[in-house]
Amino acid sequence: MIVLEKRPQPSRAWSYATPLVAVLATMVFGGLLFAILGKNPVQAIGTIFWEPLFGEFAFYYRPQLLVKGAPLVLIAIGLSLGFRAGIWNIGAEGQYIMGAIFGAGAGLAFYPLDAWYIFPIMVVAGAFGGWLWATIPALLKVRFGTNEILVSLMLVYVAEQMLASVSLGLLKNPEGFGFPGSRNLQSYESAHNAELIAGSGMHWGVVAAFIAVIFAYVLLNRHMLGFHIRLTGEAPRAAKFAGVNPARLILFCLGISGALAGLAGMFEVSGPSGQISIDFNVGYGFTAIIVAFLGRLHPVGILLAGGLMALTYIGGEIAQSQLGLPAAAIQVFQGMLLFFLLAFDLLTNFRIRAARSEVA
Amino acid sequence: MTIPLLSLQGLTKAYPGVVANDQVSFDIGEGEVHALLGENGAGKSTLVKMIYGLVKPDSGTMKLRGNPFAPPEPRAARADGIAMVFQHFSLFDALNVAENIALGMENPPPMGDLASRIREVSETYGLPLDPFRTVGDLSAGERQRVEIIRCLLQDPKLLIMDEPTSVLTPQEVDILFETLNKLRSEGTSILYISHKLEEIRTLCDHATILRLGKNVGECVPAETSARDMAEMMVGSTLQTPERSGRELGEVALDVSGLSVPSPSEFGTALRNVHMTVRKGEVLGIGGVAGNGQDELLGVLSGEIPTSADAIKFKGQAIGKLGPTARRKLGVLTAPEERLGHAAAPDMSLTENALLTGSVREGLEKNGFLKWTETRSFAEKIIEAFDVRTPGPENAARSLSGGNLQKFVIGREVLQNPDVLVVNQPTWGVDAAAAASIRQAILDLAAKGTAVVCISQDLDELMEISDSFAALNEGRLSAPRPTTGLTVDEIGLMMGGAHGMEVAHV
Amino acid sequence: MDLGQINPVLLVASLMVAATPLLLAAIGELVVEKAGVLNLGVEGMMIVGAISGFAISVETGSPWLGFVAAAIGGAVLSLLFVLLTQFALANQVASGLALTLFGLGFSALMGQSYVGVKPPSMGDIYIPLISDIPVIGPILFRHDPILYLGIALTAVVWAALKYTRVGLILRAVGENHDAAHALGYKVIKIRIMAILFGGACAGLGGAYISLIRVPQWTEGMTAGVGWIALALVVFASWKPWRVLLGAYLFGGITVLQLNLQAAGVAIPVEYLAMSPYLITILVLVILSADKSSAPASLGRTFHASH
Repeated sequence: MIVLEKRPQPSRAWSYATPLVAVLATMVFGGLLFAILGKNPVQAIGTIFWEPLFGEFAFYYRPQLLVKGAPLVLIAIGLSLGFRAGIWNIGAEGQYIMGAIFGAGAGLAFYPLDAWYIFPIMVVAGAFGGWLWATIPALLKVRFGTNEILVSLMLVYVAEQMLASVSLGLLKNPEGFGFPGSRNLQSYESAHNAELIAGSGMHWGVVAAFIAVIFAYVLLNRHMLGFHIRLTGEAPRAAKFAGVNPARLILFCLGISGALAGLAGMFEVSGPSGQISIDFNVGYGFTAIIVAFLGRLHPVGILLAGGLMALTYIGGEIAQSQLGLPAAAIQVFQGMLLFFLLAFDLLTNFRIRAARSEVA
Repeated sequence: MTIPLLSLQGLTKAYPGVVANDQVSFDIGEGEVHALLGENGAGKSTLVKMIYGLVKPDSGTMKLRGNPFAPPEPRAARADGIAMVFQHFSLFDALNVAENIALGMENPPPMGDLASRIREVSETYGLPLDPFRTVGDLSAGERQRVEIIRCLLQDPKLLIMDEPTSVLTPQEVDILFETLNKLRSEGTSILYISHKLEEIRTLCDHATILRLGKNVGECVPAETSARDMAEMMVGSTLQTPERSGRELGEVALDVSGLSVPSPSEFGTALRNVHMTVRKGEVLGIGGVAGNGQDELLGVLSGEIPTSADAIKFKGQAIGKLGPTARRKLGVLTAPEERLGHAAAPDMSLTENALLTGSVREGLEKNGFLKWTETRSFAEKIIEAFDVRTPGPENAARSLSGGNLQKFVIGREVLQNPDVLVVNQPTWGVDAAAAASIRQAILDLAAKGTAVVCISQDLDELMEISDSFAALNEGRLSAPRPTTGLTVDEIGLMMGGAHGMEVAHV
Repeated sequence: MDLGQINPVLLVASLMVAATPLLLAAIGELVVEKAGVLNLGVEGMMIVGAISGFAISVETGSPWLGFVAAAIGGAVLSLLFVLLTQFALANQVASGLALTLFGLGFSALMGQSYVGVKPPSMGDIYIPLISDIPVIGPILFRHDPILYLGIALTAVVWAALKYTRVGLILRAVGENHDAAHALGYKVIKIRIMAILFGGACAGLGGAYISLIRVPQWTEGMTAGVGWIALALVVFASWKPWRVLLGAYLFGGITVLQLNLQAAGVAIPVEYLAMSPYLITILVLVILSADKSSAPASLGRTFHASH
């Protein structure tokens, strides 16, 4: 008979160890899954985790880590603030799309003007778009007590339809021979989020992600607002007693996570992706939820988790082309990671011990 | 020699770090009212949970009428005639009385039959109850009746009652005792758990006294003085708090015409509350739980906003101010619920010191936190109030109830409030800690702080307050000087016997 | 544009079909939430049910076996939720999200070889004479059996919650798990049963989409129905018959907007397509003022310490 015993206080050691244990468990069970799919598990895991970093074409893949990791980290940092306070924005995908639409729209409005201020305007517009989309559930929650989980998620589907609509209408490339999709921002220099150092993968979005990590770290550890965020998540009643205004906290947490997701979308559309198109979004907004939890809602943890998740994306693509591993297998692999993390998190707050037999 | 109804032999139960029960043995005779006496944390609850099948003993045996008795679960205990009325009621607010009772029975009859049996039993024992009322709308006393009737419907041989009078007005206590005496005369045994000595002397035939998990003595309460029992229970002579004579100053807190709806569904709205508290005065507010105590604290702390003029601090209207602004002015509060309201369980004591201390102790600058100063503030509380903990980096929930209570009260006291409002300052706290908390409150008043002490412990209120008022269904009685108040008068201020009009017109 | 093309009888009949996946998933989630558990993994369980049902009915040729497999598939996935929330005591919101993310990936993986395949048809019930009654016949008596199962399930859940002891215990656990534990009820066991039931219902709902409503398999084909089902439970104030009403209301909106698209109304397709989601938000706003009927222990983790 096994019993759980609550620790007098959370174990520090386990809170660092659980993500690692979860990654290891995912490798084992992921390997098992790959084996069932008829692939060599060792080779598959090796390809995913080794090839992008140290393989033959690492010079190509390493920059890609930054490109894939930046939006994940940027979004996950925003989400983690809300998650810590028990405010569940799970519609980052929609906010990401709206950021991209607003950002690209702002840039394209100036086309073909050449000016230094166009890109900064796009940054502001992108953040605004995401903020706007996240503020809808925030306002509804504050004003009517509406569940933010459901509203933010519903707005993802609405944003996807908006994306389709602007790809076919408002932002459609007039010189695009009738194909859906906007002009390519990569070929519009004033609006292009180009690599800062050629071939490094380093673009403004990566810079923004690092700034967000530092910002979140200072906020949570050194600032009253961050303390209030943590307090609200730990004990909402105590937070109210401490003088936290729940409505303002909801507006702040959802707003900032929306703005960061919007920024991520804007940097993506003006850089790596280049254009607004129907299939512009690839699920970063949802994967970022995994990143946020895997990083234990801690800014530095999220940075590491974002890197790891980017690795599985790129490694997954390599495994797809080299080993014929289905794309969905990587999705399952990422889902498993979250599962194991949540399961092993038990060890942070509880001790497991074998109890004497129940018959006394 | 007759065989006792229930015989306990060497019951032992240990939890990590604490032995809740250590070799406890005693007998309960047929038709006997047996008291189990002890302080908070003496192991009374664990012991009865073993009898009721909720907890399994590590060692030791029980015998029911001479036969081995080891209930694996409450269901089995109930089948053997053991029934229990819980201290924190095991009731379901959103369900009605009949449904609640059905849940506590093995083979409940159909709802219609059950309802008529509930009426029948409730009339026989003088406990009127409507089977179809929603339990969440009942008063504390009525809720207890639901539990008692649930037990009586099963014709129990042994009825366990855990601190039954803590939620009753004095008049309701009388009615309960009538019911219990009637049960005794019908041959039902009762295991009566309490730390209130006078009650035990009035009601019980035998008493077993527990201290720190051990059986430290037995007595016949009617032949033993309350003082002797108290010393067996506590293990040492107790100090009563000292009250120095003092002058009352000008009015510090003035509440007038205060009415607010409750923020929670089954809460109590405050209706037209008036009170004034002067500098150096301790106003005690009594009343049965659930009559608006939480709401009153929320209104005074600033968690529940009201119209500006309803609350005045030294003449300034503060009804619309939030908790932080009120702290800045000097109005501090300490809520009843330690874990989750007064303190965040998983946060360190340092962080919990910051929780209310940031404004008055200057623990932040432009929103940025000063952790070093915060840590010293936490250390100051720990030292001044003798909080037993390895250090301020420990989580609040790692502390015992008494120690955490000393911490949260100390946190407010050390900030030199002009007005301090406390709710249940010594609830679930051992006698020594309770005494030191009461002393701290009195010392604060002596320095000129206006104190409002909300409590359900009438002895405590009589001990520390200068004037007394009672909350009853959200209304506050007019405060009266404590000296010279009789128990009957207090009982009437608390609303007499709730919902007993049918039986006692 | 020709609104005359829209046949009201067919509209109502197809409304019932569109509503059934929602109804099945929502009635299952209602039971789960009544037991005090918030499982946000409905979408994931539905999509896994959709592919399990699809694959098995294609392989065996029997849609019936498909539905059985879908229920099992949904329940097995919900077992992961059980492990996380009831044994590992993980946060229910995070665990539900994990279930959905995992379910979407897992179904895509399982469904690779089934894209573009046509499943065997279940066939509608046909009762001579009754099914031929004009208007009423096609609306009420000419559907597939699962649609009737959905309605029957609503009635059963309603009656069980209201009149049976099991229902009473389930509600008690959802109201106050500590009190239920003190009375000796097995809180975890009851919750596990409820979660598995919810998983099976969601699985059936998913399979209804892939086997009857569409019928074919595409990745992510549940397209938010699971989430709408969650909203529906709130909309219905945790009352079974109101779930039915809500499901038919949403079914109606979905069918109407599809019909309007087909009829070539001058509103762009995208705006019509987003209307069910917008209306869900609107309904949530209107109804979220009244939270009183929510089970009091909803979403709280239970751990019997002593």
